[in-house]
Amino acid sequence: MAGVAASATIVAVTALVFVLLYILIGGIGSMNFSIFTQGPVPMGQEGGGLRNAIIGTLILISIACVIGLPIGILGGVYQLETNTTFSRTLRFFTDVMNSIPSIVMGIFAYLIVVLPAAEISPGHAFSAFAGGVALGFLMIPTVMRTTEEILRLVPVALRDASLALGASQWRTTLSVILPSARGGIITGILLALARIAGETAPLLFTAFGNLDFNVRLDRPIDALPLNIFNYATSPYENLHHLALAGAIILLAIILVLSIAARWALKGQLQD
Amino acid sequence: MPSEAAVIEAVPAAPPKSRRWETRRNIGDKVYKWILTVAAVSVLLIIAGTIYELTMGSRQSIAAFGLRFFSDSNWDPGRHLFGALPFILGTLYSSFWALVLALPIGLFTAIFLSEMAPRWLERPVSFMVELLAAIPSVVYGLWGLFVLQPFLVKYFEGPIANGPLAALPIFGGTANGYDMLSASVILAIMVLPYITAVSRDILRAIPRTVREASYALGATSWETIKGVVLPYARAGIIGAVMLGFGRALGETMAVTMVIGNAPIFKTDLFSSGYTLASVIANELAEASGLYRSALIEIGLCLFLITLVVNAAAKLLIYYTAQDLNATGGKK
Repeated sequence: MAGVAASATIVAVTALVFVLLYILIGGIGSMNFSIFTQGPVPMGQEGGGLRNAIIGTLILISIACVIGLPIGILGGVYQLETNTTFSRTLRFFTDVMNSIPSIVMGIFAYLIVVLPAAEISPGHAFSAFAGGVALGFLMIPTVMRTTEEILRLVPVALRDASLALGASQWRTTLSVILPSARGGIITGILLALARIAGETAPLLFTAFGNLDFNVRLDRPIDALPLNIFNYATSPYENLHHLALAGAIILLAIILVLSIAARWALKGQLQD
Repeated sequence: MPSEAAVIEAVPAAPPKSRRWETRRNIGDKVYKWILTVAAVSVLLIIAGTIYELTMGSRQSIAAFGLRFFSDSNWDPGRHLFGALPFILGTLYSSFWALVLALPIGLFTAIFLSEMAPRWLERPVSFMVELLAAIPSVVYGLWGLFVLQPFLVKYFEGPIANGPLAALPIFGGTANGYDMLSASVILAIMVLPYITAVSRDILRAIPRTVREASYALGATSWETIKGVVLPYARAGIIGAVMLGFGRALGETMAVTMVIGNAPIFKTDLFSSGYTLASVIANELAEASGLYRSALIEIGLCLFLITLVVNAAAKLLIYYTAQDLNATGGKK
């Protein structure tokens, strides 16, 4: 039976290797410089690049951070500061929130941002902001849980020393606890970013995608995962190559974020 | 990541509540307390808001169809016919087959990692399996379209469709790759890391004394795993499987790209289908009126199903871990 267990492991690892190798080989083969400098061309034409999508993804992630980080980090501090039935319930609901399908979060953003926007100015329903809201909400549980876990590792003597010097609670948190847990909090943020960078489903009816270059937050915006989806499902060979190039850029972004996350945590634990 | 046990050990005894916010009553700390509370409560507001908004959004559809929405299998927006049955069945069916494929592989991998593998092998393999969870859904979809579908059609669907097995009720349909089978295989790969990681952690948390007692009675290592370790971890493993099931139910992009998107349900693995998440992904952006309301009700339905499955999974895993912590883990 040891053989069965070992073969199962080999199957699992092979699946990963198959997926990664294909994207790696196909993606590198499809790479060229113009992918970073050109926008999309009409379907069926040669050429075209992912510039708009890459910039769009960066903008969407930035909006998500503005919305998700304050709530996530402060929520994590709240969990550290309180130990009540409410805070334990909250911890359970954070887990629940973590398991809400991303497309449902997208519908929520659609209902609270896209539809009201369409009421106010007809014709301008979808927006970068709506996409950022969906992604921001998706970040919260990860940031909150990792912040709380890392803050619990800060020695209680440090807090006591600060309080004994006459510092107030908020001063202690801001100047002693948060700085000494910096690396771990950054890890949480980077992991959350790695999770949302590839999200596609909630963007389909919020950020929507845009054939023109756009940086305005109240207009639809293109995103890397949206381009991968549209190009991979199109019938054109050159767009398939663009999709593969997009996939490898996306994986590279996620890989860099994940490695940086591990690195930040390592620095933290050695301090 | 620090392990669960390390975190719990490092938690200092909570100081009495009075020292926290009661005695130092200055303005700064009051504001501080309020800001933290607002952040914490907003998590609940988002969850409650999601339920409220989805319910309000589906009012029109609920009023028009009532419970018939869930039993009607006609989905034809052109004729204002909206029945969610094909999507509900398609979601459950594809997720079911995903689990059938992923459970044995995930569980045996977890057994290998926690019971057999030497440390130098265990860590990189664990890392690689968990890496599967970091790949975005849309990239799996792309791989499914370009690699998995042609592979399945050539080496699996084609031979079976032309052979005697085609008579079975699960092997009908046209073998073109846009079908339940492709969706289930992709889903299986995607939930594999969750099932493996959670089962492995549960197995590891089983007390050393339990295994030693079994060895002392003369059991071989496989008998110990089968007769002692697995039964001991059963509730937690069921939790792991349900967690994977919850993931599979809500998975959108990869499934949408390979399942064929036909609003019909057949038990044939080679037939196209549709899922709750896929129909929302494909149709919500262009829908309006009753059509939009029906799609939002589908979203509500998906939300409630995953909520129940995930909450049950979390509770099972949580209580198993609590039990095991109380008796002392292997580490």
